[in-house]
Amino acid sequence: MTLFIEQCLNGLQFGLLLFLLAAGLTLVFGIMDLVNLAHGSLYMIGAYFAATFAAWTGSFVLGAILALLATLLVGMVVEVVVMRRIYGRDHLDHVLATFGLILFFDEAVRLIWGPAGLSLSLPPWLSAPVQILPGVNYSAYRLAVIVVTLAVAGFLYVLVMRTRIGMLIRAGASNREMVGALGVNIKLLYTLVFGLGAALAGLAGLMQAPILTVQIGMGENIVILAFVITVIGGIGSIRGALVAALLVGFIDTLGRAFFPDILRMLLSKEAAATLAPALSSMLIYLLMAVVLVVKPEGLFSAGNK
Amino acid sequence: MRPALNFRTIVTVVLIAALVLLPLYTGLSGNRFLLTLFTRIVIMALAAVSLNLMLGYGGMMSFGHAAYLGIGGYAVGILAHEGVLNGFVQWPVALAASALFALVIGALSLRTRGVYFIMITLAFAQMTYYTFAGLARYGGDDGLTIYKRSQFVAPIDLSNKTQFYYICLALLFGAIYLVWRLTNSRFGMAIQGARSNDIRMRAIGFPTYRYRLVCFVIAGTLCGLAGALLANQNDFVSPSIMYWTRSGDLIIMVVLGGMATPFGPVIGAVALLVLEEALSGITEYWQIILGPLLLLVVLFARGGIDGLLARADSKVRS
Amino acid sequence: MRKALLAASAAVLLAAGPAAAQQKTIKIGFVSTFSGPTAVIGNDMRNSFELALDHMGRKMGGIPVEVIYEDDGQKPDVGKQKTEKLIESDKVDFIAGYIWSNVLLASLKPIVDSKTFLVIANAGPSQIAGELCSPTVFSTSWNNDQTPQAMGLYMNQKGVKSVFLIGPNYAAGKDMLAGVATTFKGQVVGQELTTWPSQLDFSAELAKAKASGAEAVFVFYPGAAGVQFLNQYAAAGLKGTIPLYTAFTIDELSLPLQKDNAIGVPGAQEWVNDLPNDQNKKFVADYRKKYTGLRPTYYGAQAYDAAQLINSAVVATKGKLDDKDTVQKAMEKADFKSIRGDFKFGNNHVPIQNFYLQDVVKDADGQLSLKTVATIVKANQDQHHDKCPMK
Repeated sequence: MTLFIEQCLNGLQFGLLLFLLAAGLTLVFGIMDLVNLAHGSLYMIGAYFAATFAAWTGSFVLGAILALLATLLVGMVVEVVVMRRIYGRDHLDHVLATFGLILFFDEAVRLIWGPAGLSLSLPPWLSAPVQILPGVNYSAYRLAVIVVTLAVAGFLYVLVMRTRIGMLIRAGASNREMVGALGVNIKLLYTLVFGLGAALAGLAGLMQAPILTVQIGMGENIVILAFVITVIGGIGSIRGALVAALLVGFIDTLGRAFFPDILRMLLSKEAAATLAPALSSMLIYLLMAVVLVVKPEGLFSAGNK
Repeated sequence: MRPALNFRTIVTVVLIAALVLLPLYTGLSGNRFLLTLFTRIVIMALAAVSLNLMLGYGGMMSFGHAAYLGIGGYAVGILAHEGVLNGFVQWPVALAASALFALVIGALSLRTRGVYFIMITLAFAQMTYYTFAGLARYGGDDGLTIYKRSQFVAPIDLSNKTQFYYICLALLFGAIYLVWRLTNSRFGMAIQGARSNDIRMRAIGFPTYRYRLVCFVIAGTLCGLAGALLANQNDFVSPSIMYWTRSGDLIIMVVLGGMATPFGPVIGAVALLVLEEALSGITEYWQIILGPLLLLVVLFARGGIDGLLARADSKVRS
Repeated sequence: MRKALLAASAAVLLAAGPAAAQQKTIKIGFVSTFSGPTAVIGNDMRNSFELALDHMGRKMGGIPVEVIYEDDGQKPDVGKQKTEKLIESDKVDFIAGYIWSNVLLASLKPIVDSKTFLVIANAGPSQIAGELCSPTVFSTSWNNDQTPQAMGLYMNQKGVKSVFLIGPNYAAGKDMLAGVATTFKGQVVGQELTTWPSQLDFSAELAKAKASGAEAVFVFYPGAAGVQFLNQYAAAGLKGTIPLYTAFTIDELSLPLQKDNAIGVPGAQEWVNDLPNDQNKKFVADYRKKYTGLRPTYYGAQAYDAAQLINSAVVATKGKLDDKDTVQKAMEKADFKSIRGDFKFGNNHVPIQNFYLQDVVKDADGQLSLKTVATIVKANQDQHHDKCPMK
């Protein structure tokens, strides 16, 4: 039972983290209709900034805040220099252009920080496990990640549902032309939204930094997961992204945790040992395929696309 | 509107001539590696041509096309591993397996549109990747070495580099011809019509789902052929050839060369792979050149290299 | 774009132009990973190989040496293509390198078919030690399961009764976990294989290990994954409660990132930087002098020995490399002073060597470094050599 609680927390933490990435992606996707493969590069840059700034300032929190601002800035620059020019183009042009950006960012990071990668140490008050229930210890840092991401999700909810910018974002996600027709400074809105997405990706990256290694290419695998979530949730839907992210987080974690045991009950030991890792690796792709076959526009489709 | 002597035609003709005459050059210069490199390029071009059929003409953005490279390749690899070396068995099996796979995947995926289609094809390709990576009997993710290439009747010998190159080249030209004939047929018109306006095509009585599915299956089968060739060329097949980044490479070749043009994908494949080889020879940091280059193509060369050539022509004419 | 293309193809043609082989130089091709996240490993191997050449005055048997480094990008088909380039275009006399089993296995056929001499400086798939062994293929590393087998023996010495195994789900990962199980006398209470290379979060596996009640955990995660594993092991509160035993998880590349999380975590290795032979002292000292701020790893040590092995054969045959049999015999003698100490080849051209226990300590500069604690097993030979037809 303690194992189950722990695995659920792991799934929750992983899912919420994926939500941060997917939320930025789905906003950019929904509003600018932009397929941004380079979203993972912003995640990587957030982590690199955090490791660098934390080393400079000697404070984890200060480093994180600076990194967040820096990633926001990088995102807005990327939007102004590159992305702005390819809105309205074919999705394939987006794939090509943002793939080019990935190559560029990877090598730029290698030139600046070297190929070896960095590490970010946790402050002592986050590195020890804490007791959450009698007999159940859990990583304090992972708990902190859960709290921060929940707060961000709440902030996004208020921003999108309760503010004027949020109204424009929602309007943009369901009908782009209309927002432009209303006389809103659409260029500025786009830059802000892209910057927000970048900052969210950067936040995800810097929060992963202490438990992963900060290294080149760290964003490339996780961005595919973020795309999977975006699509399962329905493009442009923040709520969909949250639900799908939690779904993927739980299925992936619990699948890895309990699926092999279930298989072992059904099959011979050898068959289970070879099948289980392969099957649990593809569980989330299976989930996506099933969702799309049943609901071709994702769980919560936001607009009229 | 006479067929003018323009850049586009010149480049295409020069490219074809260069591909045809290449073994002559490598034979004279004694550089056999160039032939190895270009055999690989020709095979990748074949895969890109197959992707172009569905992506360029059909508007179906598959992000999982590399899966067929793997299925075609593993059909050859697994049969060879089990002792079946006859190419007249191996290749039809490779084609049939790819076609069957494409039929199932296509039937499910074509229910979706746009980005959802991109992602569902990716999902199926990733599942295929993990399936083959889990096949311990056939090497798992270490891959499978193929000790003997596909055996055909007497004069045909795939181990002969020049012969194998010409076989690949002939199949590439055959595929280009097939795609060209298809796209200019009633079927091709319907596919292209469905790309620009699916609802209208359906309204005038075309069962577009079925047309798209057929297009999907043909593209998958052609790519399976490329996979069978690639396995023979590499003497090896591993799941890594169907990882999602490889599907991305194929898309890049098509977009870089020029979508929905008969020779665009070939130009794209040659450009990308030669560029990679050349840049990595110049500097270890070659990706910092290639990345922005791709970006520039998107920003300033709409329609890829082919589009660039076409525009150069219209500028000369005016 | 068209101009760039022309220039690029011209560059390829030029680069691949007239390069007929003359025995005026010894040509060595070196295939490793120099781009992407694992480029650090390739760099370390190249650094060490270059250092070995420096130590030889960049000549072998009086003949100048030319090395061509090729980047496999960690992709099997790219590695194979580069290997073919080295054989067909550069016409090299020796090929060395290869970090990854799958890249090596993909590249093996053209090497064996062309009878080019190969010195594997890291990858150790069991096939190469067994049925795929070949007269012209040598290794200066190990077979995959030897190192974890040594770790299994050490766990027996420590009186460990039960263990939980965690590793990545690819061929080498499975070899490693299977290796421990062959020598470990206690009970293996559980085993987890994680998706490679995409899975970076091991929380689910760690929770299972904790719940299994195992006395110890054995883990194999090379490169950056090893950093992540140790970080998460500490964050989950397992460090200090369940002892951790490792193979290829802590090295000089990962240590600066693992920091204190690695202290007190034992590993097994065939080379450690403080092995007391003179050759090794010189290697480590000169490496740190030449590449400031860097420390050599076992990858580099294996590459250094690869250069020494090639040199010994060139010297013994006086540079007459056309006679393959003589070169092969010369290489089989392994007539050089390995920086790991005793070294000889088995029938399958895989080293018979010692495995040491290493631990992480703070050195004189106050920095973390690896230290030899004990010799776990002496003159160890891999268990696959019987399957090799060469006698």
